[in-house]
Amino acid sequence: MKWLLLAMLLMAQPATAIDPLPFKDRAQEVRFQNLTKQLRCLVCQNQDLADSDADLAKDLRQQVFKMMQSGKSDAEIKQFLVSRYNDFVLYDPPLKPGTWLLWFTPGVLVLIGAGVLANILRRRGQSRLTASAQIAPSDGEPGDSGDIDPREDW
Amino acid sequence: MKRLLPFFVFVLLCGLLGFGIWWNTHHEMNEVPSPLVGKTAPEFTLPLLYEPTKSLGRKDLLGQPYLLNVFGSWCPTCQDEHPFLMREGKSLGIRLIGLDWKDQPEAAKRWLQQFGNPYQTIIVDEDGHAGIDFGVYGAPETFLVDAQGVIRYKRIGMLTPDVIARELKPQIAAISAGRVATP
Repeated sequence: MKWLLLAMLLMAQPATAIDPLPFKDRAQEVRFQNLTKQLRCLVCQNQDLADSDADLAKDLRQQVFKMMQSGKSDAEIKQFLVSRYNDFVLYDPPLKPGTWLLWFTPGVLVLIGAGVLANILRRRGQSRLTASAQIAPSDGEPGDSGDIDPREDW
Repeated sequence: MKRLLPFFVFVLLCGLLGFGIWWNTHHEMNEVPSPLVGKTAPEFTLPLLYEPTKSLGRKDLLGQPYLLNVFGSWCPTCQDEHPFLMREGKSLGIRLIGLDWKDQPEAAKRWLQQFGNPYQTIIVDEDGHAGIDFGVYGAPETFLVDAQGVIRYKRIGMLTPDVIARELKPQIAAISAGRVATP
């Protein structure tokens, strides 16, 4: 039983929606796989062209293949699809004014967060200094100075 | 004031999430705006459904605006859309051209015989090539092309009476008045 299970597991292949295409060589096949993984299937929009079993995806794979055979570069093939189907076909959105928000918002948010954090830390450091200055002359316990509640800064 | 800051951040976040919910319920998530709107319609030459020896191309349609409706007998939404085209197609005042997309001509003929033919002319794109050039990714889709051959409007999905009244008719009116409508 165990052996049967193992044999079945070995025979199982990852499900792919690849139609047999007559590639020139292995390099071209790899290039095709790479390219179609970067392109989105318009029908089932969370799948790439390489993976999708949609009818249109098959047609578009054929189209990509044909353009490759006729010597078109990856950029030209992408441009062909973008001019018909919008930047949306690219999984990696290009940097342009329309996508600035998409590209830069995370960085800007991190910067704002870093600013807020730096501000809190700076103020906490200051209050710690004044606190230890106040405590120092008396016999305060050493642990006290570090125990300032950061919430007070809000 | 400082104590209220977290509250303001909270309200802002609620506003953002609320907008997300509103946005997702008020626009079609699968709709990808076509880059072809405002550009010249792509070149095509396709056989006529009822006279396969004759063909119709982009240049043959210049001079008068037309509506290009992408359909297929295999497409259930096209069947839902069909009665609206039958009822309102004539009242639009422009030519209604059917693009039978990725379909077998015989099946399309049967379909039209059963439900009626709202089109003046039907062209057949059996292998879906012209569809790719038009950026079609799912039937039904409809393109409004003006007399100069420029795509002025695209509808992805069904043309409902509401869409026809609210979007399509103003666009057609704008074309006949010779100006550009803001959608």
